[in-house]
Amino acid sequence: MYTQFATILIFLIIGVCMVPLILLVGKLLRPHNPDPKKLTTYECGEESVGSSWVQFNLRFYVIAILFLIFDVEVILMFPVGVTFRQWMTSQAGKGLLVFAEVALFIGILLIGFAYAWVKGDFEWIKTIRPQKKS
Amino acid sequence: MSLPEFLKDLFESWPLLGSIPLWLYSLACILGLLFLFLFPFAGIAVYLERKIAGDIQARIGPNVVGPYGILQWIADALKLLLKEDIIPAAADKKLFILSPMLIFLGGAAAYAVIPFAENVILANLNIGIFYLIAVTSMVALGLILGGWASNNKWSLLGGMRAAAQIVSFEIPVALCILTAVLVTGTLDMTQIIKNQSPYSWNIFHNPFMFIAACVYYIAALAEANRTPFDIPEADSELVSGYNTEYSGMRFAIFFLIEYAECFVICAVATTLFLGGWYLPFIDISGLALGLRIPIEAMVFMTKAVCLLFVMMWIRWTLPRYRVDQLMKLCWEVLVPFSFACLLGTAFWMALFKGKGIPELIYSLLGWGS
Amino acid sequence: MTAQDVFFYIFALITLVPAFVCVFHPNILYAGLSLFGSFFGVAGIYVLLGADFIAATQVLIYVGGILVLILFAVMLSKNIYGAKFQDEKKKKILPGLLGLILLGFLVKFILTTPWNMTLTDEAPLPTVSRLGDLLLTDYLLPFELASILLLAALIGAIILARSK
Repeated sequence: MYTQFATILIFLIIGVCMVPLILLVGKLLRPHNPDPKKLTTYECGEESVGSSWVQFNLRFYVIAILFLIFDVEVILMFPVGVTFRQWMTSQAGKGLLVFAEVALFIGILLIGFAYAWVKGDFEWIKTIRPQKKS
Repeated sequence: MSLPEFLKDLFESWPLLGSIPLWLYSLACILGLLFLFLFPFAGIAVYLERKIAGDIQARIGPNVVGPYGILQWIADALKLLLKEDIIPAAADKKLFILSPMLIFLGGAAAYAVIPFAENVILANLNIGIFYLIAVTSMVALGLILGGWASNNKWSLLGGMRAAAQIVSFEIPVALCILTAVLVTGTLDMTQIIKNQSPYSWNIFHNPFMFIAACVYYIAALAEANRTPFDIPEADSELVSGYNTEYSGMRFAIFFLIEYAECFVICAVATTLFLGGWYLPFIDISGLALGLRIPIEAMVFMTKAVCLLFVMMWIRWTLPRYRVDQLMKLCWEVLVPFSFACLLGTAFWMALFKGKGIPELIYSLLGWGS
Repeated sequence: MTAQDVFFYIFALITLVPAFVCVFHPNILYAGLSLFGSFFGVAGIYVLLGADFIAATQVLIYVGGILVLILFAVMLSKNIYGAKFQDEKKKKILPGLLGLILLGFLVKFILTTPWNMTLTDEAPLPTVSRLGDLLLTDYLLPFELASILLLAALIGAIILARSK
């Protein structure tokens, strides 16, 4: 097992070094004429107003949390998924029981998923609501 | 067996090569993979993309450098190498430099577990496919950082959108991969292929697997920010989004990894669903290993490149989604579908004791599997 | 020292140095980002211990999930970039004390836990299928409870986000 992971380690080290190496080769070849106008932020020729480091929409944060929860769920399912086939083929009679265990696990989280869906939390545009009285 | 081990075994009796330690073989294989496969392949994929775009839009496409313009990608790479490297004065310099490194690391590291043929895989990890999901998740981090560090409104919008999109679509992708894992019962990339056969590809195992394969392909398109899901880098709205401020070689790395990732997606789809290196209905396992490996590699590449072609075809045919439509598609269509595929496949496995449609048919006809 | 020991110390260094940067760096974005190294170091240690699946999970959840979440949180806060977080001395005492208490507990548990250690020269077996078997048999209840925990987290996150 360590042999395979050693290869991965070497790969990661090379991966980290590759970009600086390419840029270093490029440095010997490319021109370097900085000028203050050239280094301004590109906004199609307009002068850029203010910094772009401003407060961002909260939706992105909610999406990241949703991802994390579902990701943990999927990861917990992976070891079960690996042995699932063996349970189905060898242990006679236990197939449906194991299926029920897995289905229960997924089903519990699906309640939350359905709740979020019904309550409209997957809608990206939430601030613009249809106004009935006008 | 992995490629470094295989090569070491092969050259064991040779006078000079036999005494080289294994890690040097690994190093050579990694460098070979990067310089002889990843970089040229990404370049040729760019050329193909432009040529296909030309054909679809009834124009010629690149045709000046070399016959049929086939050397265009070398000219492009050289041009990008000679371009001035600009870091905007307003940018956060350290993060600006860090971002392409992260993206390269995440995009390239996935190649360590792609099984091109038997024994032709860099690292035969027993968690192969899971490792692949883990390392590619680094790309999202690189994209946010790139968008943020540029201090450009378009870049920031692009980076944030890219991260949210990758993160959302990772759920259906992971669920579909899990569905395939359920059928094969292993995470090892080589073993996943070996558990299939020329007669029973995973995609035909049951109807849910077929849907899972389609959902995987669509979700993976979105994860790689390809049209029709290329909202983060929409040229006409965001001036190519997170890489607006990147120039020269740094931009080239973003571009390279985008195409490298496209190939990874196709290779994973081939491995998980399309029977990897197996030909349809032709069993070549009786051939000698030296003859089999090139054939297997060719079959694997053919399948992957066909999928890559479909990707390009889609890009030049379909218009772009809107952000809200995209998120709706992910959470209200793809995620429910992939959950349904997972449960459906699990139920099928429980019902038929793990047998798929081809095996059921063969046993009905009285053939040995 | 065997090769494993050398790698352990290298990974420990990769874990600890970014952790210190995270605590002491005045810029909150850099502090959060420096955790990247820590997460990889811990993954490396997991691999040394033969827990390959846990190592990949570490990278997937922490680098691909938590770190993105931290970066989003930093970017979504108002005017946080460039703000210096150098607290006055008074504010350092209470967290320091809490940290020391936590450290004490951890040391106590490390010393009193009967570690089930068997040293073998063999490479560790593949862990994933054993994990799966255990989750379906001995640890079935915790496995299902994890799903309920995730459900609670999901609904909690949604309600918190909505109340804004």
